[in-house]
Amino acid sequence: MTGERLLQVQDLTVRYQTQMGEIHAVSGVTFFVNKNEVFGIAGESGCGKSTLIRALMRLLPDNAKMSAQSIEYEGEELTRLSEAKFREKILWARMSLVPQSAMNSLNPVYRVGDQVVEAIRAPKNVTKSEAREPVTQLFDIVGLQPDLMKNFPHEFSGGMRQRAMIAMSLALDPGLVVMDEPTTGLDVLVQERILRRIREIRSQISSSIILITHDIAVIAEMSDRIAVMYGGQIMEQAPANDLFDTPCHPYTLGLKNAFPSIRNLQQKLISIPGSPPTLLGAPSSCPFLERCPFCVQQCSQRNPENITIQPLHEVRCVRHGEAPLLREKASEKETWRSLN
Amino acid sequence: MPTSELPQTSAWRRILGEHYRIIMGNRLSAVGFVFIVLFLVVAIFAPWLAPHDPWEMLYDQEGEFASLRPPSWEFPMGTTHLGYDLFSQLILATRTTLLIGAISGGISILIGANIGLIAGYYGGKTDEVLMRFTDVLYGMPFLPFIIVLISLFGRELEFVILAIVLIIWRTSARVIRAQTISIKQRQFIAAARARGCSHLRIIYRHILPNVLPLLLLYAAFNIAWSIITEASASFLGFGDGETISWGGMLYELWLSGKTRVAWWWFTAPSLCIVLLVTSLVFVSRAYEEVANPRLRKR
Amino acid sequence: MALLELNNVTKHFEVRQGVLQKLQRQPVSLIKAVQSVNLTLGENEVLGIAGESGCGKSTTCLMIAGMLQPSAGEIHFSGKRVDQLLASEQAWYRRQVQMIFQDPYESLNPRFRVLETVAEGPRALKLWPEKEILERSVDMLSSVGLPPAKYAERYPHELSGGERQRVGIASALVMEPRMVVADEPLSMLDVSIRAGILDLLKDLASKRHFSCVYVSHDLSILGHIADRLMIMYLGQAVEMGPTWEVIRNPQHPYTRALINAVPVPDPRVIRPVPTIRGEVSRPINPPPGCRFSPRCPHATTVCQQAFLQLQPDENKPHQTACVRLEELSQTNQLAEASP
Repeated sequence: MTGERLLQVQDLTVRYQTQMGEIHAVSGVTFFVNKNEVFGIAGESGCGKSTLIRALMRLLPDNAKMSAQSIEYEGEELTRLSEAKFREKILWARMSLVPQSAMNSLNPVYRVGDQVVEAIRAPKNVTKSEAREPVTQLFDIVGLQPDLMKNFPHEFSGGMRQRAMIAMSLALDPGLVVMDEPTTGLDVLVQERILRRIREIRSQISSSIILITHDIAVIAEMSDRIAVMYGGQIMEQAPANDLFDTPCHPYTLGLKNAFPSIRNLQQKLISIPGSPPTLLGAPSSCPFLERCPFCVQQCSQRNPENITIQPLHEVRCVRHGEAPLLREKASEKETWRSLN
Repeated sequence: MPTSELPQTSAWRRILGEHYRIIMGNRLSAVGFVFIVLFLVVAIFAPWLAPHDPWEMLYDQEGEFASLRPPSWEFPMGTTHLGYDLFSQLILATRTTLLIGAISGGISILIGANIGLIAGYYGGKTDEVLMRFTDVLYGMPFLPFIIVLISLFGRELEFVILAIVLIIWRTSARVIRAQTISIKQRQFIAAARARGCSHLRIIYRHILPNVLPLLLLYAAFNIAWSIITEASASFLGFGDGETISWGGMLYELWLSGKTRVAWWWFTAPSLCIVLLVTSLVFVSRAYEEVANPRLRKR
Repeated sequence: MALLELNNVTKHFEVRQGVLQKLQRQPVSLIKAVQSVNLTLGENEVLGIAGESGCGKSTTCLMIAGMLQPSAGEIHFSGKRVDQLLASEQAWYRRQVQMIFQDPYESLNPRFRVLETVAEGPRALKLWPEKEILERSVDMLSSVGLPPAKYAERYPHELSGGERQRVGIASALVMEPRMVVADEPLSMLDVSIRAGILDLLKDLASKRHFSCVYVSHDLSILGHIADRLMIMYLGQAVEMGPTWEVIRNPQHPYTRALINAVPVPDPRVIRPVPTIRGEVSRPINPPPGCRFSPRCPHATTVCQQAFLQLQPDENKPHQTACVRLEELSQTNQLAEASP
């Protein structure tokens, strides 16, 4: 997979000022997204995945500070753009967002079609009737009947609203669509239909997608490459098949153990003991340290560096060299229990 | 593990500590709290603090009748046209006013809270009956209703309190009902039901602690309103003639016809009313922030 | 003998009418949330109930737990009819059956400390003397993996989601119930700790001998805990059987679609495309037949009229409520299209 670079993020850090101190919600995140690719970011609550995309879309709250060595998008350095310029030139037009719980993001007093029309009209300066035509197409792409445009959001089911939000995010034909938990809270059959629709959209348009979710199965099915986040850092990233065939980071191994599969009912589910770190202060050790059954002294002394073990496969773990051994041990329940 | 090894703290100390933190956490409410405590001390020790009998006609050191004297060393707050010492009157009036405030505020919140909790929790017919009754009270004009009640019952202190209580609980009942309804729908109430808790246990053990900040907020409001109402009623001549209150002092001033001359007579009781009511409102603000987290500064 | 038995249990809710509709004497619309459900639950058995939102699984749960009265049908618990209990018997049933709730952030009273929460049930029913209640509650906390010295005096907001759910489990099990009704207890928790709670439940179920009704929309989790599975659609039970059989060899077109729609954590797996159409509606005045028929690719006019009711039968554990099942399996029409 040697596609053309669309987005390249170097060393992105986001800190929140709180009463307790400085929280490093995202620290030193580096990744790229190619053209026409689905990049999945997996992680549990508090891992920093939502903060990461908010930083990318410049939608952080006031008490957050963001810094990055470089964020290059379609050859343009975004860190040099002012917030106003970013909103004017990039947001929605070239990079759009399907927010978390998007079903509730539609304005209840306007017709759904009008809201999508408005999304096209505002920046492109076209008339209402000119904008209608592409909206009909968009509705078609996300699998909604065009006559539903006249309906109000409350007449839509959760899945239909979600699809309308996806239609809106595609309205200006952006190069990158960021989807934050697009199917969380939806029923399985609705989720299935939306995921299928997203896959079809990919084949029809050239946008890349960043997909953020805690659902390992969804991310496995949808993504070309996957990054696993924990404690504000990307612990491991690799092409989807590599990540599932040869996971290297203990956290990835733990997640795989804990996630049930309907195809493998004999699998013994193993949970990761403990709970996520608080992220107070700059990371001075491996954030997974306290929950890791494989930690050694080195892990507590410094934050492990990002190491490329294979082309496109990067891991943040000092024991990356012993991956086969770790994989073998991680599949035993005893390994994870001994921590408690 | 034996239960004795568990950390033990007395429930009362915990609750008092919590409220102390709420009040002291806000500068204005801390100031208000200090004033309330001061007024309380004055009210409790009133007979010992007052230098004169409030209805004693006084003569100054030269033996002259001390009528309408402005504040001086001898009469720190001046005197009335009949030569009564206003300082002594004010101190004894503090006692009456606080007593009325505490009793009618307390009883009205007790009634309001229970009606609100029961109407909100049971809903349906119970709610309908109780709330329509409250609505009827809402239709009553406040002060005229109290004046009518007082003239019906008599002007003794207990009837003044009764009249105030009868009307002032209505707001607290409504607000607490609304809060109860929103708490009732939360899952931990369903959980308590599933564990086998009785309705009364759910109301008083599970819901009450969750409406407590709101309840205290309205307790403070009710006390403040009672004080204002009593002052207004007294000022209009519907107070208890036997006991002296701040509103009653103003009524005497009005009767004497010296309002334009005796600024001191007017100033002291008015200031006291404003100060006490404001203090109560300040303290209640601290509870408002607890009851309504959106007001909290981030 | 089965511990729990549901016979033809039905729950209808009236749709609220406006004044105008009442004046026009319009007939009352009914939401038929649960329609004629039969099921049994044995001792120490875990029964999973699965389905999408609005399928009636939570309503069934509430009826089993005695929090909601069925509109029709009977519920028997250890040989005793429990859907219409006298007030004096309710306390008894409340103790036998305990619930574990979905949202650990909402199901604990924010003003109660952990130990108070756990001790509240026994205190409310006055099960034991106060000293014993405390001792049992403390023991219970240790057995759900929360050391009492550390956790007893904490408030819910000082706990993580997993710890709260453990408190929820402790406060249910301290009552020593014979049956536990768990309504999606894992859905709000992080993936990495779900397995721990699941193990805890399984472990305690075998140690403390209770049966469990486990309701979830997540078939992969149900596959790991349930002995038997019941699939519901819009208030009707469509398929019931041993978990493995239902998941490996689903019969009803709806079950097939549901199981095929579950994403698999393996990028190489390509699932078949479910062949159903349309969206879930609400069961307001539904037609008498199979409620899945408007979306079913195999439905005929027969389906709109007739509905098979599942009848618990020890000799035939795997049952499907599809009128055309035999016909379809003979012509092998049930196989799904590959993408």
